[in-house]
Amino acid sequence: MGETMIQVKDLRVNFRAWAGTVQAVRGVNFELKKGETLAIVGESGSGKSVTTKAILGILPSNARITSGEILYNGKDLTKLKEKEFYDIRGKHISLVFQDPLSALNPIQKVGKQICEALKKNEHMSNGEAKKRAIALMEDVGIPEPETKFSQYPFQFSGGMRQRIVIAIALACNPEILICDEPTTALDVTIQSRILDKIKELKAEHDLSVIFITHDLGVVAGIADRVCVMYAGKIVEYGTVDDIFYEPAHPYTWALLSSMPDLDTKEKLFSIPGAPPNMMYPPKGDAFAPRNRYAMEIDFEQEPPFFKVSDTHYAATWLLHPKAPKVELPEVLKHRIQRMKEEREGA
Amino acid sequence: MSEKENRPILEVSNLCMDFYGTGARKSCVHAVDHVSFAVRKGETFGLVGESGCGKTTTGRCIIRLYQPTSGEMYYDGKPIHGKLTREKRKYITDHIAMVFQDPIASLNPRMTVQDIIGEGLKLRGVKDKEERHRIVKGLLVRVGLTPEHATRYPHEFSGGQRQRIGIARALAVNPGMIIADEPVSALDVSVQAQVINLLNELKEDLGLTILFIAHNLSVVKYFSDRIGVMYYGKLLEVADADQLFQRPAHPYTRALLSAVPQPDPYLERKRKKIIYDPSVHQYGPGNEPSYHTIEEGHILYCSDREFEELMKSQEGKKV
Repeated sequence: MGETMIQVKDLRVNFRAWAGTVQAVRGVNFELKKGETLAIVGESGSGKSVTTKAILGILPSNARITSGEILYNGKDLTKLKEKEFYDIRGKHISLVFQDPLSALNPIQKVGKQICEALKKNEHMSNGEAKKRAIALMEDVGIPEPETKFSQYPFQFSGGMRQRIVIAIALACNPEILICDEPTTALDVTIQSRILDKIKELKAEHDLSVIFITHDLGVVAGIADRVCVMYAGKIVEYGTVDDIFYEPAHPYTWALLSSMPDLDTKEKLFSIPGAPPNMMYPPKGDAFAPRNRYAMEIDFEQEPPFFKVSDTHYAATWLLHPKAPKVELPEVLKHRIQRMKEEREGA
Repeated sequence: MSEKENRPILEVSNLCMDFYGTGARKSCVHAVDHVSFAVRKGETFGLVGESGCGKTTTGRCIIRLYQPTSGEMYYDGKPIHGKLTREKRKYITDHIAMVFQDPIASLNPRMTVQDIIGEGLKLRGVKDKEERHRIVKGLLVRVGLTPEHATRYPHEFSGGQRQRIGIARALAVNPGMIIADEPVSALDVSVQAQVINLLNELKEDLGLTILFIAHNLSVVKYFSDRIGVMYYGKLLEVADADQLFQRPAHPYTRALLSAVPQPDPYLERKRKKIIYDPSVHQYGPGNEPSYHTIEEGHILYCSDREFEELMKSQEGKKV
């Protein structure tokens, strides 16, 4: 892998809320390498969106970065002023939102919305911008871009709208594309087309991608490396093969085995209870109360990262040399077995 | 599946639901277009399709939340189509209950849980308040909540718990069949499994028949005995769950199956996606599509010519 594009170091983000302080992100470390796709997986409320919003400096006004740095090109993004961000957003790092309808201005023609970024950042003239916008629309797979150029967002279907959002994100040739659940609002067939498009564009434009989702099936198809987040922390990270074939953290096990795949026959493994209230984050391992493998130490002390392999780390006491050996959940054990057989058989 | 028999408990034939627009053009949407299928007693029948394909409308027509334009429906041999008289409505709501998609919007925020669940009982003549509360508490335990939850309001619950309340409300009238309209799609991944497992348990214990409407194919496959695939208001293919996934006959079904993301990086890398192009059919006068039976329980909506071609290619494979 190439050079490091973004390095996030011990990032902590707090939200001031009516009832107290919500600790949404509690010490996240990761780095994005050039040309890779990094997936961040987790339930809603695990802090994955907040992390990326911190990178782009678009946190809501009641949020505060209490510590940590986000290094990009030698600059610490957490220290930048709003004006200095203008040079970064869109030109270097851009974002694709979850809901394409609310990301687009409903009373502006889509062409104008794509041109806006071009005119502002690249100082293009109207004619140039239009030409480039039509080329972009063609690039992301919108048929008849000349006619579509002067249409309004409501005249597009969900999949086409998401393509427009991607076109806007790519308008100024960014190096980094952050996709915040770009396909959650879409149907499977449309989803697979958008994912293919993102992969294609990534190769064409030499992008590095941060991909946020809760759908593990999507992760398997698109990611090179995966971070699993829970309660504001990364609990496990590794390459996509590490995470799917040799998951090490009980939360990853639970996530993987609570989703049926097309061959699942066994009873699903459900995670009992609900995620913790981040206003009062629990002592020790945050997942311990819902974890059937939890040991006493999980309630007392936070586990550090244990090394599984060179690329694969997990924060669980189960990997401690003195920990008891535990069995994977039934569903997962069978699935991994099956996947291995398929791989060897092919 | 204790009471599984081959007798259909719900029969739907040629169901049509048209929505008319207002304004000068009076445009008309054929949301459900001549859909026919049968659900057997004790089975789970899954309806899948993209958003806007009419799967929810089909469910809502069956329980008569919408008044279908035409078509016939029978529950346990008795007609449930036609003019909605008082008796007919009672018959329908006594036997069929519905679980809705959005657990927030489908519960009245100003009613306590025991009022929400007990409302159906009250309408069915359980006048004694104590008796009603006793039944409600039993139901709460049944769906994995505790009796203390009875006096709380919906906003005090998480999404998964609210969906359990919705299921308890559906069970209150002791129905023979439940229409579950995307019961898990609004829930978080880790909570989805809880609700799916609960529905599975209830189905086995109470011998329920479930019409399961969803767009997540992995969930439908896991949960259903038979599956119907819908596309633009038409029911394209009906088959046993395993058969549908192993031998999909309709090109759209194949495209849909090829798009399901799998939690297996190796499969994802070598996967070939199929894109469905509706113009391959060239339906027109003399080439009208209709329902054909490929084999026992596997029904396909296609024209005679396509059916012949398909049978030929299948025979070729067998030999």
